[in-house]
Amino acid sequence: MTIDHAKPLLLPLTALVAFEAWARAAHLQSDSLAPPSAIMMAMIGALADYSIPIATRDTLFSAFAGLAIGGAIGLALGIAFGTSDALNRLMEVTVEAIRPIPSIALLPIALIALGFGYRMEIVIVAFACIWPMLILSSAAVRGIEPRLMEVSRALRLPHAQRVWKIIIPAALPRIFVAFRLSAGIALIVAVTVEIAINPIGLGAGIMLAQQALRPDLMLAYLVWIGLIGYGLNVLLILTQRRLFGRAALSGASA
Amino acid sequence: MNRAIILWRLASFAVAAGFIALWQLIANLKLVSPVFLPGPDRAWAALIRGFSSGDLWSKLIGTLEHMAYGWLAASIVGVAIGAMIGSSRLMQTYVAPSLEFLRPLPASAIIPVAIAMLGLTQGMALFVIGFGAIWPIILATIHGFAAVEPRLYEVTRSLQMSRLAVIFKIALPSASPDIIAGMRLSLTVALILSVVCEILAGLDGLGHWVLLSARSFRSADLFAGVILLGITGYATSTAMGIAENRLLKWQRAGH
Repeated sequence: MTIDHAKPLLLPLTALVAFEAWARAAHLQSDSLAPPSAIMMAMIGALADYSIPIATRDTLFSAFAGLAIGGAIGLALGIAFGTSDALNRLMEVTVEAIRPIPSIALLPIALIALGFGYRMEIVIVAFACIWPMLILSSAAVRGIEPRLMEVSRALRLPHAQRVWKIIIPAALPRIFVAFRLSAGIALIVAVTVEIAINPIGLGAGIMLAQQALRPDLMLAYLVWIGLIGYGLNVLLILTQRRLFGRAALSGASA
Repeated sequence: MNRAIILWRLASFAVAAGFIALWQLIANLKLVSPVFLPGPDRAWAALIRGFSSGDLWSKLIGTLEHMAYGWLAASIVGVAIGAMIGSSRLMQTYVAPSLEFLRPLPASAIIPVAIAMLGLTQGMALFVIGFGAIWPIILATIHGFAAVEPRLYEVTRSLQMSRLAVIFKIALPSASPDIIAGMRLSLTVALILSVVCEILAGLDGLGHWVLLSARSFRSADLFAGVILLGITGYATSTAMGIAENRLLKWQRAGH
């Protein structure tokens, strides 16, 4: 059992050790590579002087604020489109015309309208989060067991109560899957905006480290961003399992 | 039935036209400063002007080239790596978990590393686009290989087919729906990363165009570029959908 658990770690560990040994043997002097030990030291240093924690806070704040705004808009539209077939059909062309715009293309517009900072990043993240939320939640609502909707009609529930008491609880497992995907997208978009142009957060930190010719710090940021992405993913999957059980996971991927 | 669909479609276009009219109204009344929001008329005029002067053509072609080269390279290498991992138990135990760790890494985070290694060059852009676009393809290929009907593998064993023959004759064809779905996903990734690289490295392309337009506050040109990027996203994914239908016709015919 323990050996099986260790097997996946074998490759990365060997690669790290081999790289470390090579870097030391060759007295590596490079603008783009650094031995793992130096990366480790740079990461500890940047954690200790609060530059990584502050950058992480900025990135996560923008990502989550954008996720909250975009997710709420997407969810509201998704439920509306899911419950009303007419609305869904009427909006189809509009949605299909806006959705394929790559979120990052809005960057220059957000830049001239809002300037640098949190706001432009949040707007772009929100735009990116609307679509997966809208499409998956409207599919989730349409996939609700029809008899539940019949019950709500038989009970003559008003529309608001129908949404709150029947639709949201019934579609919640799949809505959470949409939320999990959107959260991943939010982090990716936030980091991308920061790397491209916005001078805050982890993306700006890694760009700055590159421009300062500090490969150890740059790679430390890269590893840290990877850890954040991985951690967020694991956290959301665990939450999903806890809230909805394993059934939600398999049902969602199908 | 068919007529109803066409009527709904027309109504849907009418709604979209209504939104454009609203946009025009907002622009005409100057509810939002025209520096930020040009009307659809000015955006359209800028689009026509850009195409007739040839500027937008060369930018569009630049972006499409970045996308296409990066994506094609990622597709070929991705399917090869995916097939290698998917067809070997050993690789699945030792290599696949590392890939799971790399997957949630935002692909754009590799950009500074690529800049440090390759400079602000086309090569850097291709490396980044290829790197970003390869993950969905590798993972889709592994998944497709894992989902092959086990009896087909039994058949290959009793026929004593070589590993290459198994890959090319059995695994790749049955995994092709997954692989194509992965390629479709990475097409979007390729477009986004092309734009980011063009913005950062000043490479000829629509990303560069929208950034320059924004810097000089030419909002009509900026919107023309964004609209063109939207059209690019739509056209490439539609083309991929058509190709998917064509390529997978035989699969549906069999069942």
